[in-house]
Amino acid sequence: MGRAVRARFKPGDRVLVKMEDRPGHIRTPWYVRGKRGWIERVYGEFRNPESLAYGGDGLPKRPLYLVGFEQSQVWDKYEAAKDKLFIDIYEHWLEPA
Amino acid sequence: MARGHHDIGGSERDAGPIDRGEHQLEDWEILADAVNQALGAVGVKRTDELRRAREEMDSELYRSLKYYERWIASMETILIEKKILTKEEIDRKVEEFAKKWGEP
Repeated sequence: MGRAVRARFKPGDRVLVKMEDRPGHIRTPWYVRGKRGWIERVYGEFRNPESLAYGGDGLPKRPLYLVGFEQSQVWDKYEAAKDKLFIDIYEHWLEPA
Repeated sequence: MARGHHDIGGSERDAGPIDRGEHQLEDWEILADAVNQALGAVGVKRTDELRRAREEMDSELYRSLKYYERWIASMETILIEKKILTKEEIDRKVEEFAKKWGEP
């Protein structure tokens, strides 16, 4: 039996992607940093690629989410108003919005 | 703030238009993928390490290389970093192949 995921967010929660810039291997694309979206799904906990990329053990595991965004909120001049964008983002890149 | 050469999604200046054309993989590209898979299967590399190696490449070099050339370069970096091969050994082998089969 796996233990329960210690996830800070649940589906439907509004989140803001941190507007951070620091050296190292980062899986959160530049174009969603500082953007607002919502938690679509909680995937579970996974080893942290920011550590794995440098030969580390990736521990502690971090909750990973599928995060939804309105395309019109992500891009300037985006015309198809109903289009959505979904990206996998680790919890330490998210804050409540 | 610095935006990495790999992280250019949506940037008109760096990414440009998307080529939506179909293209056939060349033999060397399939081979590069096979070596990548093999190194993963024996636990030599992780995908995250290869990504990091590509992100840390010289930006001018990164932009000048094709997709699978970047993969090959990152595999070399990791193999050298983990002291499995040396740069000299790789260069020597490349030279041997070039003599045998001509310049790539």
